Amino acid sequence: MKQEYTITVYTENQVGLLNRIAIIFTRRKINIDSLNTSPSEVESVHRFTIVINETEEVVRKLCRQIEKQVEVLKAYYNTNEEIVWQELALYKVPTEIIAEEVKVERLLREHGAKAVVIRKDYTVFEVAGHREETDNLIKVLEPYGLIEFVRSARVAIIKDSAGFHLKLKEFEAADPGEDAAENEFLNRQEEVFTM
Amino acid sequence: METLELEMKKTAENKVENISGSEAVLKALIEESVTTVFGYPGGAIMPIYDALFDYDGHLNHILVRHEQGAIHAAQGYARTSGDVGVVFATSGPGATNLVTGLADAQIDSTPVVAITGQVFAHLLGTDAFQETDVINITTPVTKWNYQVTDATEIPAVLAKAFYIAKSGRPGPVLIDITKNAQLQKFDYKGYEKCTHIRSYRPKPIIRKTFVEEAAKLINEAKKPFVIFGQGVILGRAEQEFKAFIEKGGLPAAWTVLGLSALETDHPLNVGMLGMHGNYGPNVLTNECDVLIAVGMRFDDRVTGRLDKYAKQAKVIHLDIDPAEIDKNVKTTVPVWGDCKETLPMLTALIEEKQHTDWLKRFNQYTKEEVELVINKEMHPDAAEMTMAEVIDSLNELTRGEAVIVTDVGQHQMIACRYAKFVRSKSNVTSGGLGTMGFALPAAIGAKYGAPDRTVVAIIGDGGFQMTLQELGTIMQFGAEVKMLILNNNFLGMVRQWQELFHSRRYSFVDIQSPDFVTIAKGYGITGRSVNARKELKAALKEMLDHKGSYLLEVMVGKENNVFPMVPQGCSVSEIRLK
Ligand SMILES: Cc1ncc(C[n+]2csc(CCOP(=O)(O)OP(=O)(O)O)c2C)c(N)n1
Repeated sequence: MKQEYTITVYTENQVGLLNRIAIIFTRRKINIDSLNTSPSEVESVHRFTIVINETEEVVRKLCRQIEKQVEVLKAYYNTNEEIVWQELALYKVPTEIIAEEVKVERLLREHGAKAVVIRKDYTVFEVAGHREETDNLIKVLEPYGLIEFVRSARVAIIKDSAGFHLKLKEFEAADPGEDAAENEFLNRQEEVFTM
Repeated sequence: METLELEMKKTAENKVENISGSEAVLKALIEESVTTVFGYPGGAIMPIYDALFDYDGHLNHILVRHEQGAIHAAQGYARTSGDVGVVFATSGPGATNLVTGLADAQIDSTPVVAITGQVFAHLLGTDAFQETDVINITTPVTKWNYQVTDATEIPAVLAKAFYIAKSGRPGPVLIDITKNAQLQKFDYKGYEKCTHIRSYRPKPIIRKTFVEEAAKLINEAKKPFVIFGQGVILGRAEQEFKAFIEKGGLPAAWTVLGLSALETDHPLNVGMLGMHGNYGPNVLTNECDVLIAVGMRFDDRVTGRLDKYAKQAKVIHLDIDPAEIDKNVKTTVPVWGDCKETLPMLTALIEEKQHTDWLKRFNQYTKEEVELVINKEMHPDAAEMTMAEVIDSLNELTRGEAVIVTDVGQHQMIACRYAKFVRSKSNVTSGGLGTMGFALPAAIGAKYGAPDRTVVAIIGDGGFQMTLQELGTIMQFGAEVKMLILNNNFLGMVRQWQELFHSRRYSFVDIQSPDFVTIAKGYGITGRSVNARKELKAALKEMLDHKGSYLLEVMVGKENNVFPMVPQGCSVSEIRLK
């Protein structure tokens, strides 16, 4: 069954890596719904957040291909239930309408919109939330002369992740231990063989 | 020369010296024990070539005739030597000419380091003369690539390049160096080999439970079947592999790239898998109860229709690349890791056995294939020669000792089917990409990689015309390559498909050839053409005995087909014998 998956990729900060990751999707003709790059909780480690609509099997294979890239430290994938996520949207509306139409002011408040800039000619509001929430406000504002709209890529926090600090220590060791070398997709058995 | 030696000594003493980026490149090659470089100069790589001028005697640079030739040669070199093949090319067209070879090396996991010149850093993105975005063009076809714009990066980047190219699952790496970085002088503090990159894990950790589970499955199996690929060769695990199958009494079949990892005449070697593979291994894939895949990636040319592939079997997959596990065929037990390490662990745990009756099944199929296909190929009634009888005669003379390099097409499949091998790293072919034009340059490289061995390049009349300019490289540098052109006056493999699947509509497969012997002569290479069976053996002997390279053209039947064949989209058990 296809559904929304959020892929979180921890990487080195390297020119060209964005392309290397993007072509893993485009080569298979998979559309990237949203892609965000940002710093992570660890200095020098970069974090990609990618949203696609696919089956779990495909997503798992994609993650393995991503992890195979030399500068990728780790890739995780999660369903929407497993993450806390937000997208940020900006709306530009004529100031006179907001000033005059009491209804609009109420609507904006109901949607948790905050004014970012107020000018004589227009006002910019921001809303952070899930896709449906930011989508809804577009519909609401359209009749009142919405001038411009933009939405950011998704950012997501994995609910049961302990962050990347410890993992990175493992990776830095010349002989990465079991924890680092463990693959998220093969964790049904944990014992590690030493000879 | 003296100054160079002095300089190198200084480096060894770890003294800081002021050198150019170009010299740093060459020092890196020396430190990585590179002896041979295949390349072609041009504007953006001139500083490196200028520095190379002083390295005569330390680095053997082979000037090819086209950059595609350089990279195929480097691939051939890597395949026979087991070391990294090295290529130099200039920016723009020089670099784009490498793309086919990079793609070939990527899909066939061949360790290659390609160094390309690039325009000055300040010109990047200005559509400067001979500027192409080499990094982005080559990203999908390299294991790693990197653009150097500052000379101080060169030692560490090249160390990384060599480490990545050869470790784990090997592959091609491209380093693009802007001209200013090649010219820039900097304080060189010596070269340190790379042994660890924190974001890169070449070898997954081996899990004991999986090894144990795999051993248990093998011990319980009534009809175990091993299929092996190039992983055995790349992992230098030929001995470990043999010990494994011998202890378990396990019949083993090979993919085209796994060929020569196990000697042809080994009693447990049951033949070739896949589209033009042998009858038994294909049919019995769908009958075995435990399928043990070692260092192979279930290519579609091996599996045929996936939803009808080995569905009855439990699958054990040994691979160093975790991305291969479950990619095409769902595994029951994944044994990931370097097979040089995992195979001995498995061998220790499996019981000593002989599956005599099961092995007999393979032999029965072999018998049938010999009667219905192979005998006709080896001893045809027609006056026209077959490709198979040429290979058979060649076997008699080389006794399986030669390195066989093949191009792509019918002759490739026939050579893989019938050539005999007694040593590993002896079959060099473009398996994954199927690159026509591969064989001649790859054979040149193969000869430099294995200078003491006889190298025979088996090539079609079509493929030879794709890279025959490399005869010039042979002429100039003397690589002793025996070229065996199997001329059927057709683009044979495409013609075969048109015959079988497009109602004999022979659309543009009728290819004219020049007089190959005369062409060879133009390059100072001795040659001969034969079209009569009675001349064949003597001609082959003459080719092999000749001191130096030699071109032998053998005229073969125009419309012969390669059988057996698993038609595309069919299951391996639907293999056709005619
Ligand atoms: C570069 C390239 N172009 C096209 C093909 C498609 N192709 C595969 S086999 C073949 C025919 C090869 O003919 P020839 O070299 O004469 O060998 P034969 O099959 O006759 O032995 C062609 C055109 C290819 N594999 N590679």
